[in-house]
Amino acid sequence: MKYYDTTQHVAGKSQFIDDITVPEGTLYAAIFYSPIAKGKIIKLNIEEAKNYSGVKAVFTHQDIEGANQIGGIVQDEELLASHEVDFVGQPIAIVVANDYLTAKNAAKKNQIEIEEETPILDPREAQRKGELIVQPMIFELGSTETVWDECNIIVEGIAESGAQEHLYLETQGAIAIPTEGGGLKIISSTQSPTAVQRVTANVLNMPMHKIEVDVMRLGGGFGGKEDQATPYAAMVGLAAHKLGKPVKMVLPRQEDMRITGKRHPYSSDFKIGLSKDLKILAYEASYYQNAGAAADLSPAVLQRTMTHATNSYFIPNVKATGYSCRTNLPPFTAFRGFGGPQGMFVIESAIHSAAKKLGVDPFEIQKKNLLRSGDEFPYSQIVEHGNAVKCWKHLEEKINLNEIKNGIAEFNSKSKFIKKGFALMPICFGISFTSKFMNQAGALVNIYQDGSIGISTAAIEMGQGVNTKIRNVAEKIFSIDISKIKIETTNTTRIPNTSPTAASSGADLNGKATELACVKLFDRLIDFAKNELRCREDSKIEIVNENIIVDGVQSELNWNELIQRAYFNRINLSAQAHFATPEIHFDTKKNKGKPFAYHSYGTGLIEVSVDCLRGTYEIDSVQVVHDFGKSINKVIDKGQAEGAIIQGIAWMTIEEILYDEKGKLMTDALSTYKIPGIHFTPKEFDVKFLENTENPFAVFGSKAIGEPPLMYGIAAYFAIRNAMESFNPNMNAEYKAPMTNERVLMALFNRNL
Amino acid sequence: MKMNLKFICNKNLVVTEVQPGKSLLDFIRKDLRLTGSKEGCREGDCGACTVLIGELENDRMIYKTVNSCIMPVGDINGKHLVTIEGLSDGKLNQIQNDFVEQGASQCGFCTPGFIVSLCGYFLSNEKPILKDAIDSLDGNVCRCTGYESIRNAINNSIVFLESNEGDSKRHIEKLVSSNFIPEYFLEIPQRLNNLSIDIQKDSVNGDAKQIIGGGTDLLVQRWEEIENADVNLIFNLHQNEKITVEDNICKIKATTTVSEFWESEIIKKYLPEITESLYLFGSLPIRNRATLGGNIINASPIADMTSILLALDAKLIIEGNSRKQIKLNEFYTGYKTMKLEPGEILDDIHIELPDEGARFNFEKISRRTYLDIASVNSSIYLVIDKDVISEVHLSAGGVAPIPLYLFETVNYLKGKEIAFETIKSAAEITLKEIKPISDARGSSAYKSLMLRNLLFAHFAKLFPNIIVVEELI
Ligand SMILES: Cc1cc2nc3c(=O)[nH]c(=O)nc-3n(C[C@H](O)[C@H](O)[C@H](O)COP(=O)(O)OP(=O)(O)OC[C@H]3O[C@@H](n4cnc5c(N)ncnc54)[C@H](O)[C@@H]3O)c2cc1C
Ligand code: FES
Ligand code: FES
Repeated sequence: MKYYDTTQHVAGKSQFIDDITVPEGTLYAAIFYSPIAKGKIIKLNIEEAKNYSGVKAVFTHQDIEGANQIGGIVQDEELLASHEVDFVGQPIAIVVANDYLTAKNAAKKNQIEIEEETPILDPREAQRKGELIVQPMIFELGSTETVWDECNIIVEGIAESGAQEHLYLETQGAIAIPTEGGGLKIISSTQSPTAVQRVTANVLNMPMHKIEVDVMRLGGGFGGKEDQATPYAAMVGLAAHKLGKPVKMVLPRQEDMRITGKRHPYSSDFKIGLSKDLKILAYEASYYQNAGAAADLSPAVLQRTMTHATNSYFIPNVKATGYSCRTNLPPFTAFRGFGGPQGMFVIESAIHSAAKKLGVDPFEIQKKNLLRSGDEFPYSQIVEHGNAVKCWKHLEEKINLNEIKNGIAEFNSKSKFIKKGFALMPICFGISFTSKFMNQAGALVNIYQDGSIGISTAAIEMGQGVNTKIRNVAEKIFSIDISKIKIETTNTTRIPNTSPTAASSGADLNGKATELACVKLFDRLIDFAKNELRCREDSKIEIVNENIIVDGVQSELNWNELIQRAYFNRINLSAQAHFATPEIHFDTKKNKGKPFAYHSYGTGLIEVSVDCLRGTYEIDSVQVVHDFGKSINKVIDKGQAEGAIIQGIAWMTIEEILYDEKGKLMTDALSTYKIPGIHFTPKEFDVKFLENTENPFAVFGSKAIGEPPLMYGIAAYFAIRNAMESFNPNMNAEYKAPMTNERVLMALFNRNL
Repeated sequence: MKMNLKFICNKNLVVTEVQPGKSLLDFIRKDLRLTGSKEGCREGDCGACTVLIGELENDRMIYKTVNSCIMPVGDINGKHLVTIEGLSDGKLNQIQNDFVEQGASQCGFCTPGFIVSLCGYFLSNEKPILKDAIDSLDGNVCRCTGYESIRNAINNSIVFLESNEGDSKRHIEKLVSSNFIPEYFLEIPQRLNNLSIDIQKDSVNGDAKQIIGGGTDLLVQRWEEIENADVNLIFNLHQNEKITVEDNICKIKATTTVSEFWESEIIKKYLPEITESLYLFGSLPIRNRATLGGNIINASPIADMTSILLALDAKLIIEGNSRKQIKLNEFYTGYKTMKLEPGEILDDIHIELPDEGARFNFEKISRRTYLDIASVNSSIYLVIDKDVISEVHLSAGGVAPIPLYLFETVNYLKGKEIAFETIKSAAEITLKEIKPISDARGSSAYKSLMLRNLLFAHFAKLFPNIIVVEELI
């Protein structure tokens, strides 16, 4: 069960963009970007930069022959700003020089005059002013209007969650190398090779086949390189094409933080109504999504917020309204969970405030309302193989909730400043891209004469272990040693029209495509072996540990010999396959359908300690029971869960993005934006696999794992509040995440922020 | 001005000429073309660039982890530089195997840094324990794993090493025979000796104006300039005992690193409470390079060592045309301005040894507890005589343009009885003495409240029963 790629990583031998030996004569690019959040460009003077010693060229929008347009869902984003700027950090010009430092210093010599306008930073203000990216979305089930009267209590409120920086350890980067015939080879750190190919082709006004995009691996992506790796690849593409020389760009960390988008901040209204026996009867929510200055992936992100509005609960009457609001911040983008976590934070806040009003523990309400098979989601998909209750029960078998509650109460009664708290978080996360067409993948499996195998797919390896899982799939089908199987780079000339590796679907889609291609080859080989070994028509032929077995008896052939003979007999040893997720559909007008192939479930418990004198906290324990399906690789799956959980906890607690009133990022370095270090990790960290579960909808019964566990992190927020309440029961804390040290202290001592 | 450089990189002797202020990471990646050390931030905050610097001390090799991104390359003269490429020879070492086995590496970008830090830990600890090994990773961040698998991997390595115990070989030999480090490490002391480099003389360039201590401030803030500047590398200026005691005065060389300060037997003996808080300063690789002098001269309002030294009522000995002495609490004149003339160099820091019964406490609050710059910090030094405060020094950082000595609060507290009311009144005076601003590390209101609470925290720590919680809210 080794996690294969790591043998390269631990020795420092894995290559990332900045490690690749570039061709001689490679030039380096730096970006000149807008210092202002909103305004009209009056004058741009690039002469000084152009004449700077060592500079080869400065490119602006005027140098673009094709479309100056990088928008995917909505065509509303320029590669290089032409007449207006819409956010601080918007690229305006590209400076190319012999080395990076020269390019960077020269970029500072550009002069720009901008007629400054007042930026909009707040999504609610944008909505009031009609600045919407797309029409408001409405998801409705039952009728909330008619049931408010039946409710025993109704609570309303506001919940807000903040942005989150991806902080992939490898920053954005790309190298473009001119090829024969006016084409380009682009090596990019992207989750979406085809997006890079399509956008660059558009910008350069050439057919896509002239551009080859190659991706080895990413030093982390988390969604940050789904849409937003593209501009940097297109920029070096433009420069390389114009100059006929290879051009490289790797963003320095601070620049990456300043100019790239992050997880969307949301401000939301909620209204929840419960019956006497704690059943949620009605739930309304309005989401004001801060989309930033351009659409990017925001509409799709909002759609996922809407589909996850009710998390893991069945609520018969729901009305969710979503606004994707245009502001003057760098376009917010995909980030693990893709809007789902933001939606879930709101319902959890609603449940928490209802529980407070009723004087019950929030977990009583959570438990009472868990989804069961046959229940309907607000988008009308019916719950199948629902494991919400099973996971919750499994967790309760492991831990006694009352014991935990009483133990904490007892500790708190004796401790002056340190208070403990806990919270639970059930999750339900839909698996599939919400845009149906994206749910497809391709695989190309080549068997070489010597029996070794090379597999290409559309999947990008970025630490999630998809390459290892794909190897596991091929290993299982052929029953050969894993060292014989190599996963090739992801390359648009081998696998065309790739969907981004995102939505947790990388292994589901590409694993399945690989399975199909491998089975094609396997069947071909078995037929050949039957012939070659002159077997009876009804003989059963298997490959077991590289041996060819006929009716349970070892034959004269092993894998290598079989392949060699197949080759000499002119058998096609290469197979391509394509997979498209069956049965999914979604009507975006009615917002009804079956958008997800299946759902992932689980329950988490988080315990914390808060130092109420200093306003600091520690995560004591995280205990989770998660439905992984039948895991293909437990080491990988557990690692994905743990990594996602910590990222989720940090989004809710220490990671805070701050902009000043002019829209400039204040937390623009690792010294001001803190992600978890090893000491932040909970002392007890226990992720359990739900037992006896199968998933008929993904490869070998497995389940997607990249995103869902992130949302257990939401429990950290409520656990901290739980602890704070025992220090100051009268504190009046808003539902605002992240719960930074500052928020904790100010709330504990009743100060306004 | 270029400098001649002779050192051993992994197995190989390197003889070359460099601009001494250039970032060591750039030198490793671009000049040596060793790309296993990664650039994740270039500000000492991620650890992806971690390397080991080995030096001979009494014929033994001492290895320390450093952030190569913010270390000037000139400082490796005569030393052994170990990068990730030098930690396995043909086959993976045990720590690497355990990482693979536990899935402790996902995207892999951070991984070389973790492996180097851990090898550094095992090299310098004969009795490894999990908690300490984890502490040695306070300078490495990983965005993928969540660290649980890393903890498990380390645990396995420790267990493996322990199971190899038995024979009384030297530690380094045991590490080699247990496959923690390659064999060539055994020959390094001899090879370094043969280089015959006088580390002190062959690195320091007294004529250059730009002084660099550890470089942990300078190379973060101005690396583009420093890269080609004439620099005076003073990190290796003092090769003898850096902390000494003479006539009841503890003399600390300005080039003393935070790590050396922490490990000093003298500090441990006289100021044990300080050493307990030093884990809050940066990370291990930062502490290995950050000098006390750099901390003081950088004049950041939130400098932790300066905060501590203010509460110890330190005096600075400055070397220039003449030798002058100035009290630290009179040294700063405004934001990043101080009584230091161009060409002057901070040589020594003097503190009086504490009285019997003196108490000390340091508090620091930041966004993240480990490896973070303070939002607010504060240090207190107290001598109590029959419940009465006979001597007190108090400092506060992050609440004014300079590291602040709280003169008025100190005046008030002197001679007062230790009681909750006293502390409350003192806190009110403090709040009038400070002028916090809102920035990325917190709003001014938060910083005020924080400092008030830190005053209470000082006393709550030193006199556990004194604070009445109900009266705080
Ligand atoms: C990741 C990271 C974390 C950090 N964490 C902390 C922290 O927790 N607490 C904290 O207080 N600081 C922290 N720092 C800041 C820094 O490490 C300290 O201020 C350190 O003490 C600076 O020392 P240095 O020798 O590296 O300074 P340098 O960068 O070498 O020098 C700083 C300035 O002082 C001058 N200088 C240095 N020595 C002398 C001398 N003897 N005489 C005259 N001038 C001199 C230099 O010319 C320069 O102007 C951190 C820095 C980083 C990068
Ligand atoms: S590159 Fe991040 S610490 Fe050096
Ligand atoms: S494995 Fe990706 S950052 Fe650590």
